[in-house]
Amino acid sequence: MEPITSFQSRTVILPTRDIDTDQIIAARFLTTTTREGLGEFLFYDLRHDQDGGRKVGFALKKPEAQDCEILVAGNNFGCGSSREHAPWALLDYGFRAVISTDIADIFKSNSLKNGLLPLIVDVGTHDWLIANPGVTLTIDVTRSTLTLPDGKVVHYPIDGFARYCLTEGIDQLGYLQQQLQTIEKFEETRPWMP
Amino acid sequence: MSASTLFEKVWADHVVVPESDDTPAVLYVDLHLVHEVTTPQAFTLLRERGLPVRRPDLTLATMDHSTPTTPVSSFRDLAVVGEGAANQIRQMDQNCRDFGIDLLGFDSEQRGIVHVIGPELGASQPGKTIVCGDSHTSTHGAFGALAFGIGTTEVGHVLATQCLLQRKPKTLAVNLDGQLPAGVSAKDVILAIIGDIGVEGGTGHVIEYRGDAISALDMDARMTICNMSIEAGARAGMIAPDDTTFEYLAGRPRVPQGGNWDAAVGRWRKLASDNGASFDKAIRIDADNLQPMITFGTNPGMVIGINDPVPDDTGDPSFRKALDYMQVTPGKPMTQSAVDVVFVGSCTNGRISDLQQAADVLKGRRVADGVRMLVVPGSQQVKAQAESMGLDRIFAEAGAEWRESGCSMCIGMNGDTAARGQLSVSTSNRNFEGRQGVGARTVLASPATAAASAVRGHVADPRTLS
Ligand code: SF4
Repeated sequence: MEPITSFQSRTVILPTRDIDTDQIIAARFLTTTTREGLGEFLFYDLRHDQDGGRKVGFALKKPEAQDCEILVAGNNFGCGSSREHAPWALLDYGFRAVISTDIADIFKSNSLKNGLLPLIVDVGTHDWLIANPGVTLTIDVTRSTLTLPDGKVVHYPIDGFARYCLTEGIDQLGYLQQQLQTIEKFEETRPWMP
Repeated sequence: MSASTLFEKVWADHVVVPESDDTPAVLYVDLHLVHEVTTPQAFTLLRERGLPVRRPDLTLATMDHSTPTTPVSSFRDLAVVGEGAANQIRQMDQNCRDFGIDLLGFDSEQRGIVHVIGPELGASQPGKTIVCGDSHTSTHGAFGALAFGIGTTEVGHVLATQCLLQRKPKTLAVNLDGQLPAGVSAKDVILAIIGDIGVEGGTGHVIEYRGDAISALDMDARMTICNMSIEAGARAGMIAPDDTTFEYLAGRPRVPQGGNWDAAVGRWRKLASDNGASFDKAIRIDADNLQPMITFGTNPGMVIGINDPVPDDTGDPSFRKALDYMQVTPGKPMTQSAVDVVFVGSCTNGRISDLQQAADVLKGRRVADGVRMLVVPGSQQVKAQAESMGLDRIFAEAGAEWRESGCSMCIGMNGDTAARGQLSVSTSNRNFEGRQGVGARTVLASPATAAASAVRGHVADPRTLS
């Protein structure tokens, strides 16, 4: 994985709350065996109307949403299924961060393992971001901060280990493999297990 | 030692490397369940890195999500579900062969929904850590296991090391006191709980369901409750193992045998939360006052009593969007809504007692004209048992379709879907927009409520049909 230390981008807004993983990527697109190319299915039923045409007015379809790498979503983003296809689709579409007031556990964990930043901010900051689409934010992963256009710095919570892996570009499997001897010893302490 | 909760005991038993400020805990996994949809990319990773599956003996595979439930006689007929799904199923077969994993494949009598077969085979046991690339892994917590869903990258971690990196979650006690009234089942209980604490009420927590009304439930009902813990945002749901648990497990193929069984039961009896153990949060629900529950919106927290009116518009745009999608009106009960499809099945309500509850309502009655009813057993074994009890005939005589096992219309990946605009009363666990088909509208309900709705042709209180 490429190290991520900081980046700057404009925001695009999806103010709906409880956007679940079925809306992020519908089950009918999960009969894939690769991680690539899922961006075209991102929010498919929100972006397309009944005849497969583009839904006008949907935030992601507006010209000003092009090249926005930060998605600001309504409260409780990513609830539902454990499908990692959700962060894969967001990344493939071009997003690098999702901001909400609350982000579901498994979605958060899946995102961090793929280099998509799930950022939880306070209600005040969130309200302001929703009310001001298209602003440019700076995300500093090393410091766990988000800088608003007026220079105000907002800290977001992130697990220290996840942050370390992101900024160093380390993948967690490598870390687990270093523990193999300890794992083998642990197995020996449990005679009732096969 | 200080008093510990059930969760804390199981957690402590599986910590290989303790967590610190800098690193999460390395947590050992006793049982890894795998299915065709969330694993191909994990096997690709193993191949890229030249890694074996470290403990194939602790890994159990099946096919359930994209498999057809229309009766088929051979593997070749799989083309009916589409090339993508057929390819996924072929890859699962190949991956299990290449990596030495036990696969309960398409032609196995033990195949079924992953969360139905784990318990049925006795592989899901008290005190185990159980993971699967599927959020409803929480189901297995009904046995006093710590069971939770993981993503595909983590599936790769477990395949390669049998461990996961985890931060210790918090605990939430849900106390259910009293006695459930007649006509109210486990599904109504869990819908009421989610309606109470909300779809993010459990985020970051492991729930322990406790109290007299929980102890009184059989294992099928306990699984229904733990299954939907994730719908409250919780990491997992657990119930302390007791004699009901041991009776269910005794004699199943994958439990310890002979003297090892007695030793296992001895260990399992110590798992219950100690008196005085403290939880980070606790809520109390009175079972005596519960009634059949249904959802009216597009997430499982949008819950009302079967005869209650849809709540008033809060002015919240997301709430209004949900009501618009569902085509329901604030102030009016859902019992006036005409039903197009009824689905009985899924890992929430696809077990034998669920089918029995639906059959009790349908017996001697007919599915209303214009309603399509699908009954999909949770596993091939549930199917066989239902047929030996004659339930399949009750369903057929009522005009319902009797299927092979699988996820089916719970997720709509295998061709079983509801059409745009159709209203589906479903015993599954998610009423998200489009979950059962593009534009399909889902009302979550118990098997009895689903069956009553099929008979009446509109959303109906099962107590009016008993
Ligand atoms: S029945 Fe539904 S919820 Fe259960 S495993 Fe299958 S798709 Fe998931």
